[in-house]
Formats: sequence, C-alpha cells, structure tokens
Amino acid sequence: MAAFDEMSGFDGATRDAYAKLETWLKTTPPEEFSTRRSQADVFFRRIGITFAVYGDEQSTERLIPFDIIPRVITGPEWATLDRGLRQRVSALNMFLKDIYGPKECLKAGIIPDDLIYRNAGYCLQMINQPVPHDLYVHIAGIDIVRVDADNFYVLEDNARTPSGVSYMLENREVMLRLFPELFAQHRVAPVENYPDALLATLRSLAPRTAAKDPNVVLLTPGQFNSAFYEHSFLADKLGIELVEGSDLFVRDEIVYMRTTQGPKRVDVIYRRIDDDYIDPLAFRADSVLGVPGLISAYKAGNVTLTNAVGTGVSDDKAVYSYMPEIVKFYTGEEPVLKNVPTFRCREPDALKYVLDNLGDLVVKEVNGSGGYGMLVGPHASKAQIETFRKKLKHEPEGFIAQPTLALSTCPTFVASGVAPRHVDLRPFVLTGSDGIRCVPGGLTRVALKDGSLVVNSSQGGGTKDTWVLDA
Amino acid sequence: MLSRTADSLYWVSRYVERAEYLARILEATTRLSNLPSSYGGAASEWISAVKTAGCGEIFLKHHDTATESSVHHFLCFSPDNPSSIRNCIEVARSNARAVRTALTSEMWDALNGAWLELKKYDGKKLTRDDYGRFIEFVKSLSLTFDGSAYRTMLRSDAYWFSRLGVYVERADNTARILDVKYHVLLPETEKVGGSLDYFQWTTILREVSALTAYHWVYRESIKPWLVADLLIFNRQMPRSLASCYENISRFLDAIGDSYSRQGPAQRMARKTLSTLANRKITDIYDHGLHEFITDFINDNNRLGSTISDQYLV
Repeated sequence: MAAFDEMSGFDGATRDAYAKLETWLKTTPPEEFSTRRSQADVFFRRIGITFAVYGDEQSTERLIPFDIIPRVITGPEWATLDRGLRQRVSALNMFLKDIYGPKECLKAGIIPDDLIYRNAGYCLQMINQPVPHDLYVHIAGIDIVRVDADNFYVLEDNARTPSGVSYMLENREVMLRLFPELFAQHRVAPVENYPDALLATLRSLAPRTAAKDPNVVLLTPGQFNSAFYEHSFLADKLGIELVEGSDLFVRDEIVYMRTTQGPKRVDVIYRRIDDDYIDPLAFRADSVLGVPGLISAYKAGNVTLTNAVGTGVSDDKAVYSYMPEIVKFYTGEEPVLKNVPTFRCREPDALKYVLDNLGDLVVKEVNGSGGYGMLVGPHASKAQIETFRKKLKHEPEGFIAQPTLALSTCPTFVASGVAPRHVDLRPFVLTGSDGIRCVPGGLTRVALKDGSLVVNSSQGGGTKDTWVLDA
Repeated sequence: MLSRTADSLYWVSRYVERAEYLARILEATTRLSNLPSSYGGAASEWISAVKTAGCGEIFLKHHDTATESSVHHFLCFSPDNPSSIRNCIEVARSNARAVRTALTSEMWDALNGAWLELKKYDGKKLTRDDYGRFIEFVKSLSLTFDGSAYRTMLRSDAYWFSRLGVYVERADNTARILDVKYHVLLPETEKVGGSLDYFQWTTILREVSALTAYHWVYRESIKPWLVADLLIFNRQMPRSLASCYENISRFLDAIGDSYSRQGPAQRMARKTLSTLANRKITDIYDHGLHEFITDFINDNNRLGSTISDQYLV
C-alpha cells in the first residue's frame, strides 16, 4: 500500500507547500545538515528536555529524537482542521456533561448504555456532580493522521492529561535558532503564544468562590515521571507554582499549598496526575502522589481540576467509534473531522470479521495508550497474532480494530540520508469558560523506523516542528 | 514561595558548597602529604583529611588505612560515602531539577553541565593527574554556579534561601577544619625559629583559600593564633565564621522583612553574630578553642534546623 508523501504526493511531483523546502534540502551541503543536527542535539541536552521510558532501568532520562525537516500544513488545510477540532472538543464537553448528568444520549440510543456504565473510565463519584463552568475537557490533545491530499482522520481523543506540548514549543525554538533563513522564506504561524492561551484558559476556569486573582498551580507526580520536563517547563512559562502532592493539603474543603509564608489557597489545579492517584481518600488508597481530601474540596466546588475527574470515559476507543454520532447529536452538525472506520469487537459480527482478518488490521485495547497493548497486523509475527486472537476471544469488549491506514509520510533524516517516514499530528485544544483556543499546528510525531506506523516516543518515535503556513 | 522550593534551593547551594569544600581539602592535603616527613608531610594527613570532611567514622568502616588513593576515591566517588563529591553533585542536581523553574537557566546549565561531565568519570580508573583535573572541575562548578546565582537571580526570597544554604554550609565547613586541626593552632605548640606546624598552618589557609589573604591582613609571618583569628573573626575573609554569620543574618533579615515577620532563626543568627563581634581570640584561647568550636558547630546545626522548621517544611 503506497503512502501519501506530504512533500511529493503519490506521484513524486513536489507539492506547492514544500517547494522551497525541497530546494533547501537539495542545495544545502550534507555537512551543513549534520552540523545543524548535532547543534540541535546539544541544545536539547543542555536544556534537559528529556523523557523517561518506563521499564527501562538504564536511562531514567532520555532525549526524544528530533528531526530538523519541518512538516508543513497549508493555511486552508489548517482552517478545516481548526474548525473540526473546535467542533469535536465542544461535543466532547457536552457529551461528558450529559453522561454524568441527564444521559440524553443514552435515552436517544446514540450509544449503548453498557458502554458507559461498564466502562472503567466512567467515574461513579462524578454522577450528578456539577463541575465549574460545566466544562470537563479543558486541555485536549486530538491525534490526527492524514492519508492523502484531502483526508485527515482523528485517530484518538486524549481527554485525560495529554502531553507533548513542550516539544511543540521547544522544537520551534530550536528551528528558529538553527534555520532563521527558512522562516524568512516561509510565513509560519507562531505557536509561542500557547502558554499565554493556556494561562488565560486556566484562569477562566476558577471556581466562582475564588478570589479575583485566582491561584493556579500545576500538580506533577514529581521528577521521576516521564513527562516531568514538560511539567516544569509549562509551570515556568505560565509563571505558576509547580507543586507535588505533598505541597498541598486540604482543610475545611479548601485546598492550600505550603509556602514559606504559611498556607496559601489554591483555586485551579492543572493536574498531570491520573484520576486514580489524585486523592488516596477517594481513589487508590496506596497513592502517595495525591492530596488526601482533594476530591471533597472539588465536590464542594472550591477548586477546579483540569481536566475534570472522569474524562477517561471519552478516551475509550470503543466510545471513540461513536464520535461521529456524538458530534452530530450534540452540535446538530455533520462532523468536520472523520473517524477511522472502527470494528467494535464487542459486536459478534465485527469480532468474527476481525478474527478472520487479524493480519490486515490494527487491534487496540479500548483503554490503552502510549502505543502499548496494540497489534499492528501487517507487521506482527504469527505468534503475536495468535496471542491477540486469544485475548480477543477471552475479552472481546476490551478491544477495537481498525484497517491499517496508509499514514502519510514526511521526508526525514535517517542513517542513509533523507527518506519518507510516517507521521501523525497532535494539536492541542484549550477550552475555557471564555471560549476555545487552539494554536495553529501541534506536535508532529514521526516513526523513525522504516515502514513503522508507531510514532510514540516510548516506542522509538521522534518529533518534528510543525509549520502551518499563513495563506 | 513553596516551602519545598525554598528547601530545595537551600540544599542545592549547600551541596555545591560542600562539593567545593571537599575538593579544597583534597587539594591542600595532597600538597602537604607530598612534603618530606621532616617538613611535616606524613601519611597521617590522609586520615585527618577524611575527618575534616566529616566522614572519618564511615571511612574507617570500609578501610583499614587511609592512603592518598583510597581517600581520593572515597571523597570523590565512593558509593559508600553519602557525601562524596559525586553524591553532592547528584543530589544538588536532582534537587535543582525538582525546582527547575526557581533557578535561572544559567544556574541550571552550570549544574546540569557538571552532572553530564561527571558521567565521564564513571567506572574509570583515575590517575593522579585525573584527580587533579577533577578537583579543578569541581572548584569551577561552584564558581560558575555561585557566580550565576549572583549575576542572574532576582533578589527575592528564592535568592535569599539559596544564599542561606551557601553560608550555613560554609560556616560548618570552616568550623570543621578548626575542629580537626585546633591542636596545631594552640599557642604552646609554636616553636621558636620555624615549626613543623608551619606547613599545617599553610594547609589550613589553603583549605579556605586564604593564604594570600593572610599576608594582606596581618603582614607578618604565619602565627597559629592569627590563623585562628582570620578563620573565626575576620569579617573581610569570606570563609570566616564571622563573615558567614554576617551573611546568614543579613539574608535571614531580608526574608523576615519581606514577609513582615521575624522568628527564632533571625534571633539565633543575630546572637551568634554578636558573640563573634564581641569576643577576641585571646578570650577564646582562655576558655578553650576546642570547646568554642564544638559549641559553634552545635549552634550552627541548631540554626539549620530552626530555618527548616520556620520556613522549609
């Protein structure tokens, strides 16, 4: 299956958006590129932009590979994506408000009851529990793939604690330093206003009982978390405190942080800790990362958690398969962004088809993430396929399957020179009480192995700067 | 600011200061132990170095005798030694990473760069020259880190807590040198016409990088009581106890003023500072140098825990 190359299409003819980049690639001496690449590496290492791979004892801190060839999206392409992202995230927020409230979508038969009620991500504590400003997903990372000149698909909705935005920002900084002349030739929409947009969003979400100047903090599991760099980077850019669970405490259903001047009230918590770990009194009692009593303060309406508790239900890949219907039901509009056709293995006919065609499909756990727990049929060994066959028969409702998409490719530096590699895109969509904000672009992830479709950094993926060209 | 942030800033500075102190001890001891024994050079200097570093007991748990190479390895890299230079840098960097946003990028670069450099020494058998270079590297780390803090930090509580760490640690370090070497500083050990102890005195001065300063201040040959005077009372000497307390008191007052609240830490620091201002080296000899130093070390530790109770937890 030939993939669409974002520079040279299907037929090898350079697309307009990439014309200047192609000239640049052809005319720049190779030594120049290797110098620039090592400068980029030094830059990333100096600033300490690292991530950790769980289960890899050797290195608690590792650099994510960065490719210096940017990925280009045209102005009109972005306009469509932007419209679709806003629509989709609005629908997600209305959907969550509904399933934790009146459940109109179940009554209307849009989505089967048991998919919600028996969903591990459906949080019983949140039923009929109002949240500040009726918003649940304040920071969303929507994973998008492209298959040809016109078609983009949503691959996943990340509505819990999507990460990667620091790479979007740092990649641009590095590119601006290394290749100022390229920016002079292209009109690239800036992304550097993301931290301001995020801060404005977070402040707009403060509970009504909060002071005029709300105290916003970022809650991290600590420096051994794989995304710690990002947590500290964002806190710094936002000018807010980076707190760990032990820095916070709850008294009379109000959250305080411990400061050198005594307790200070906290109004908005941008938390990068999963629901399960956030409050040992409400969820996992063995969690040492959370804040005892936080959920009681949250339920009393005295603090905003972003994202809200219980958003995991919409990350579920079986729920994902209903997104086109969900978007239509809540917005009354046709979805702008397509879903990848999805077989729900919970349905007997679909299961039969999936089992018969395992070698051609991608099978995913409904609540997996990070590229773990996934079978890519065409690249899998016989043994892996048989393992998945057993898993599927044992617990069909735990899986969905999708056709292997021919993800688009982008020219990328590899050992042998420049070669096409598969990419995806994660734009970040912010929803505050004052509206939706979405900076043009997002994080482009690239699968560095030849032919690989897995772009996750934990599985050897890299990143690229993403350029949205101003028309 | 968050108490944890203040705590980390304070300890980052303490650990960087400690790393430099260890490097200076090694440097000065190497020089002394290389002298012919008739000039005071002796192998026993190595155990004295370990004691000055404050880890005599734990060293003797793992080694029977102290030699140049065993002490170098122990103080620089040994995993058996919780305050080896390597550990100091690693702990400082880990604290810094946890509060990355409270440091300026220059400070972070200095520490992170040193931490990356440290990896080059992993598992290597080091020659004498290598150790020499390593010690230079550690000294330059503290200069760069300290200089970055001085030149780039906002003058706010973050800066004051980080300075407090430097001076509380430095006061402890200088007092420990005096504690281990007090016996060579007693007046009766001085002999007419040059003393074996002459090289001990210069070693002490080198450990606090004050050999040249001594001559500028006293303009006479080295006398043990003047060495003690310089290290304890001279406010011009940046590693003297008096200078450390002048700074501790100043930064604690800055914190107290900015929070509009004074506390026990401010009172304790002022009391120690006034003792140092009002006593003379002759009183100290009369009452016992060793007792004075022991009391000082205890008071300084108490101040550390008071600062911690008042601000850092």
